[in-house]
Amino acid sequence: MNMTTHPQSNEPAKSTATDTRRAWMAVLAKAPTDALVRAWGAMSGKPAYRHLRRPETGLVMVRGRAGGTGQRFNLGEMTVSRCAVALENGIVGHGYVAGRDHRKAELAAIFDALLQDSDRRAEVEALVTRPLSEAQAARKAERRRKAAATRVEFLTMVRDR
Amino acid sequence: MTLATTGAIGSAFADPVLDAQRTFRVALEALARPGRLVESPSLNEAGWTIGPAAASLCLSLVDHDTPVWLDAAAADAAAALRFHCGCPIVTDAGAAQFAVIGDGTALGPLIRFTVGTDAYPDRSATLIVEVGELREGGPLRLRGPGIETEHRLTVEGLPDGFWRAWRENVDRFPEGVDMFLTCGARLCGLPRTTIVEG
Amino acid sequence: MYVAVKGGERAIENAHRLLAEERRGDPAVPELTLAQIDQQLAHAVDRVMTEGSLYDRELAALAVKQARGDLIEAIFLLRAYRTTLPRFGASEPVDTGEMVVRRRISATFKDIPGGQVLGPTFDYTHRLLDFTLAAEGAPVAAAEEAEQSVAAMPRVTDILGRDGLFEAETAEDDAPVGDVTRDPLEFPADRDLRLQVLARGDEGFLLALGYSTQRGYGNNHPFAGEIRLGEVDVEFVPEELGFPVELGEVTVTECQMVNQFKGSATMPPQFTRGYGLTFGHCERKAMSMALVDRALRARELGEEAAAPAQDEEFVLAHADNVQATGFVEHLKLPHYVDFQAELVMVRAMRDAAEQDNSRKVAAE
Repeated sequence: MNMTTHPQSNEPAKSTATDTRRAWMAVLAKAPTDALVRAWGAMSGKPAYRHLRRPETGLVMVRGRAGGTGQRFNLGEMTVSRCAVALENGIVGHGYVAGRDHRKAELAAIFDALLQDSDRRAEVEALVTRPLSEAQAARKAERRRKAAATRVEFLTMVRDR
Repeated sequence: MTLATTGAIGSAFADPVLDAQRTFRVALEALARPGRLVESPSLNEAGWTIGPAAASLCLSLVDHDTPVWLDAAAADAAAALRFHCGCPIVTDAGAAQFAVIGDGTALGPLIRFTVGTDAYPDRSATLIVEVGELREGGPLRLRGPGIETEHRLTVEGLPDGFWRAWRENVDRFPEGVDMFLTCGARLCGLPRTTIVEG
Repeated sequence: MYVAVKGGERAIENAHRLLAEERRGDPAVPELTLAQIDQQLAHAVDRVMTEGSLYDRELAALAVKQARGDLIEAIFLLRAYRTTLPRFGASEPVDTGEMVVRRRISATFKDIPGGQVLGPTFDYTHRLLDFTLAAEGAPVAAAEEAEQSVAAMPRVTDILGRDGLFEAETAEDDAPVGDVTRDPLEFPADRDLRLQVLARGDEGFLLALGYSTQRGYGNNHPFAGEIRLGEVDVEFVPEELGFPVELGEVTVTECQMVNQFKGSATMPPQFTRGYGLTFGHCERKAMSMALVDRALRARELGEEAAAPAQDEEFVLAHADNVQATGFVEHLKLPHYVDFQAELVMVRAMRDAAEQDNSRKVAAE
């Protein structure tokens, strides 16, 4: 049984920096591995890093709510891989990504660390997160347009008296 | 709680799987033979603010399902435990399934910790208590399951009157807390079935 | 009583090799790839993920391949694999109101904000075998895209809950969430545990139970308030970070059933709700789950609980197809010693009965 509550997550004081980081971590988590590998390959001045936590795969129990808004319940688990790295300047990056791909978790952690480094953030955003984020938004929009093409208007036929 | 730098995190086991299994085996041995000293597997000590035996026990036994309570002397280990074990750190001792007591002399009443229920005595807290001195032989006489006749032990660094409180814990069986006494890399088990006199 | 049977190692090994050969089939036929199973047998993968209780399309596809399409065997494989992995924790509850919706219909209200979206459905197909699919390589026309994408789609039950005619579902997040994979089920079980068991439960079993409620076993008069399919983000709060991190997205199907309720001492007449949620696109399962969830709420709503679908212990103890198949199928394993004992007993009873008979005959 999990009794964890997370009061920290609602603290408004540091929300801006945390929100920015959450946004890039989300983009990295949703990226295809080969896109991250390509971005890493294209990167000049690759940083040295060491593992605080080598990539590993585990499970996260996915929860839902009764009726969508009610009591929480356990729906089922998903595979998740994670990794933590430290750059030479001491900045720690975390990767938490769905699936079993260790390389992806590691690259997500490295990019998370680099994006926290104000000297490198602009470069990594331009090379990695911005193009990925745009591609993800485009895919989402396409899914939505295809769904919209199947929208129907049901008409209630009024019977003759 | 953002870990901006590595300073707050101690290293974990060199081999997370095998070392956790070794520690588990050691913990099992310690509880099976109460009072016998055993050595915890080697741990890369860098960064830990609690003893290596205590840290090893946490790395093998604690996870996101087991809320941990820390005394003032162990409080600095919070970040490392959150990172390596994924465990919630609780401020209410009664909500903890594990308690890490960095300074045995400041160990408060045992009754603060959860003792389980008659139907589920396993839903009780396990205390990991760092003491100043721990060696075989000496004034304490241990009896009970896992000890053929009597086992002698020396423990220094527990509050006055502790063994009287321990006797109450034993008398509460099947409810009660279990303990690991740690001293650096050494540890011994003290399950709720062990009677200690002396 | 179970007695170990020795021997047969060679036969077992050969049986496994024969299985492997038959699984592969004619080597002249190309072998299935996991990607093909994932893409082209998507509903099989969805079902295996839902009832295997593990969201991982590639692993589910592998399980389907290894099980030669036997989905309960595949679910078993996935459940077994899952036990080899550590659990990092539990996610924040997914918000189906924020879903990227690919399908969303309501059978109760035709005009709903965001509209009715049919999406990829078998509904309104003619159920005629399509022989063009038998010819491989035929190109498939791309799906139409509307110029305007679908706007926000609030859950129908949220919109209609506002006037009080629909039971509100409210959250008490201080309560711990029960987990049948960690703690044995105890009865009576709370709704969190019931929903977990139903989500993992066998589709066929729940379908039959749901159907029984419609046919009068349980006095359930359901409407499909809303069914939606799409992708939701999964967020997780790692202890070391303390804020929610998005792990990725999962496809889910949600069904909100609404049922007329004549009221009780504490509740005025209104519509009550049953809830279904699955991984992937498992619409029949989500609908069945919602019907059975509502039926199992009989006790809490003060209704008479006489029908099988309302019997919590009966439903929850028999919904899991891995447990069920284990107990049913174990009957084929060697029971020689048990049977010998029974044989001796039946012979003795028979001898006694015959002696009894002959005494009666002699007496007459």
